[in-house]
Amino acid sequence: MIEGILIGLKTALSFQNLMMVMIGCFAGTIIGMLPGLGPMTAIALMIPITYGFDPATGLILMAGVYYGAVFGGSTSSILINAPGVPGTVATSFDGYPMAQQGKAGKALAIAAYSSFAGGTISAIFLLFAAPSLSKVSLSFRSPDYFGLMILGLTAVAAFSSKGNFLKAMMMCVLGLMLASVGQDTLSDIPRFTFNTMNLSDGISFVLVVMATFAMSEALTIIIKGNDPSKAAKQISLTDLGSIKVNKEETKQMAATIPRSSVLGFIIGVLPGAGATIASFLAYGMERNFVKSEEKEKFGKGSVQGLSAPETANNAACSGSFVPLLTLGIPGSGTTAVMLGALLGFGIQPGPRLYETNPEIFWSVIMSMYIGMVVLLILNLPLIPYIARILAVPRTFLIPMILFFSVTGIYLMSFNNFDIFLMIGIAVVATILRLYDFPMPPLILAFVLGGLMEENLRRSLLISDGSWSFLWGRPLTICIMFVIFGILGWQIYNSFFKKKL
Amino acid sequence: MKINSVKIISLLFFVLSAFYLYTAHQIQVFAFDEGAPFNAKTFPIYLGYAGMFFSGLKIVLPDQKPIEVDPTYLEFKKTILLVLTMIVYGATILKVGFFLSTSLFLVLSYYFLGERRWKYIIIFSFPFVAIFMYLLHGVLAVYLRDPLLKYIGIMG
Repeated sequence: MIEGILIGLKTALSFQNLMMVMIGCFAGTIIGMLPGLGPMTAIALMIPITYGFDPATGLILMAGVYYGAVFGGSTSSILINAPGVPGTVATSFDGYPMAQQGKAGKALAIAAYSSFAGGTISAIFLLFAAPSLSKVSLSFRSPDYFGLMILGLTAVAAFSSKGNFLKAMMMCVLGLMLASVGQDTLSDIPRFTFNTMNLSDGISFVLVVMATFAMSEALTIIIKGNDPSKAAKQISLTDLGSIKVNKEETKQMAATIPRSSVLGFIIGVLPGAGATIASFLAYGMERNFVKSEEKEKFGKGSVQGLSAPETANNAACSGSFVPLLTLGIPGSGTTAVMLGALLGFGIQPGPRLYETNPEIFWSVIMSMYIGMVVLLILNLPLIPYIARILAVPRTFLIPMILFFSVTGIYLMSFNNFDIFLMIGIAVVATILRLYDFPMPPLILAFVLGGLMEENLRRSLLISDGSWSFLWGRPLTICIMFVIFGILGWQIYNSFFKKKL
Repeated sequence: MKINSVKIISLLFFVLSAFYLYTAHQIQVFAFDEGAPFNAKTFPIYLGYAGMFFSGLKIVLPDQKPIEVDPTYLEFKKTILLVLTMIVYGATILKVGFFLSTSLFLVLSYYFLGERRWKYIIIFSFPFVAIFMYLLHGVLAVYLRDPLLKYIGIMG
C-alpha cells in the first residue's frame, strides 16, 4: 500500500495535476455556489475539457470540481440561505443564522475546517477500505454484479427521491432505455436507431448529463422565474467578518468532527444514500450528543450544528468513491457521472483497476486529500471575492450555462444532430423536473445500462436462460434480500405511511 | 382516481414503454440467436415491461403527494424563446460558423432574458467568444470550423 500511496502522490503532485486540482476546486466552488447548480452540473460542464487530458489528470480535475462544488454549495447555504445542493441544506440550519449575526466569515471558516477534517479522515478510511474491498470484490461474479446494479438503482430511487419512489424507478427505466439506443455491443445489431446513422453509436453520456443537468437546470431557473442573485443583493458579500475560530469553538468542533466523519463515510459507502442523508443524520445525531444548553442553540447558530453536517457531507463524498473504485458501481448520481467519464477514457473501474491502473486508483485517492488542502488554503481566504459570483444576474448566468453546454457537445462531435437531441432531452427533463421526477436515478441507470445488460447476458447464458442465478450463490441471495427489503420498505411506506 | 399532471406524464410514459416494447420485439436478431437464452432484444423487452409496470402503478395508485404547478407563475414565453434560440443556434453553427452564431446566440439570450445594458451585452458576446476561440485554438489545439472567418481571412 505504501508503494501505491507513493505512486498516487507522484502522479497527483506533478505540476500539471496540481494545477488541475486547483483549477477544479476553484471552478467547482464557483459553479457549486450558484443556487440550483450542484456538483453534477459542475462535473458535467467539465467533462468535455477532461477528454483533452490523460485519464488520471481528467479524473483529478473532476475530483477537484466535486469537492469545490460541495464547498461552494455550503458557501451559498451560509451566506444567502440558498443551498446549491441538497447535501448542504443542513448546513444552512445553523450557518445562515450565524451569517445573520454578522459572523459569516466565522461560519465559512467553521464549514471549511469541518469539511477539511471530514474529508481528511474519510480519505484515510478510503485509503484502507478501497484496496481491501477491491480484493474481496475479485470474487464477485456476473450474477452478483447484476444484483449489485439493481441494488444501486433501487437504493438511489428509494433514498434520493424524497418519497417519489415510483417516479424515481420510472426515471431508472428511462435511463436504461436511453442507454439501449445504438448497436448491441456483442452482435452489432442496431437497436432503436430508426435508421438514423446519428444514433448508431448510441447517445453520448456527456450529452445526456449536460441535457438533464446543466441545460435543464438552467431552463428550470428560467421557467420558474427564479433569480439566484436576488438573495445575494440583500447581504454584503465583501464584508463577511473575521474568519478566526476561538479556542472554545475549536474544542466544540474537535468533539463533533470524528463522530460525524465516521457516520458520513459509512453513509457515503452505502449505495444511494450519499451526502444529503449523511448531513441530516449527522445533524440529528449531534443534537442528541450535545448538552441540553447547547441543544437550545441548534438552529440559531450553533458551532456543532454547523460543523456536523459539513463534516459528514464531505466524508460521504469520499465514501461514495469506495463502491465506484472497488466495484465499478457508483452509489450516487455524481459518482455515476464520474464513472461515465472514466468509461469515456476507456477505463473500467472495478476490482481490476487497483491492479491494472494503480496510478489512477491511487492518484484519485491522493488528489482528494490534496483537493481538501487546496480548498482550505486557497478558497477560504478568497471567499469574499469568490462570493461576488452570487451577484451575477441570471440574464448573464443562464446564457453562459447554455453556451457551455451546447459548445461542450458541439466540440465533441461537430454534429448539430447532437445539439438538437440535447435540446429535446433538456426540454423533457425540464418538464419532468417541474413535477418532481428526480434526475440522478436516470443518470445512474444510463451509466449502468451497458454493464447491467452485459452481466445479465453472462448470467443468463451460464444458467441456460434460467433466472435461478439470482439465488445460486449466498452473496447473490444476500444482495437480493437487501433489494427486496428496500422494495418492501417502500411498499410499507406506501400503504401504511402513505409516502409513495 | 383523480387525474393530474403527474398521472398524465405517467400515462405518456406507459405509452412510450409500450412503443419501446413493440420496437424491441421488432429488433432483427441473427437466425442462430433467435432461440438463445439472451440476444439483442432480451434486455429491451424486460425494460419495456418494467416501464409499463412502474408507470402503470403510478397511474393506478392514489397520489399521496399531488403536485400541481400553477402555469400562471411559469415564464413560458422566455423559456420558449430561449429554446428556439438554441435550435436556431444549433442549425446555424455549422453553416454560419462558430464565432458569429455563438455571439448572436449570446446577444439574443441576454436580450430575451431582460438584459438591456448593451455595453455588457456586447462585451460578453463577441469579444468573449473571440477569447474563447483563441483559447480553444491556441491552448487546447481544438479546431473550430468557421466558414465566415475563413472567408474574411482571419482563420486558415
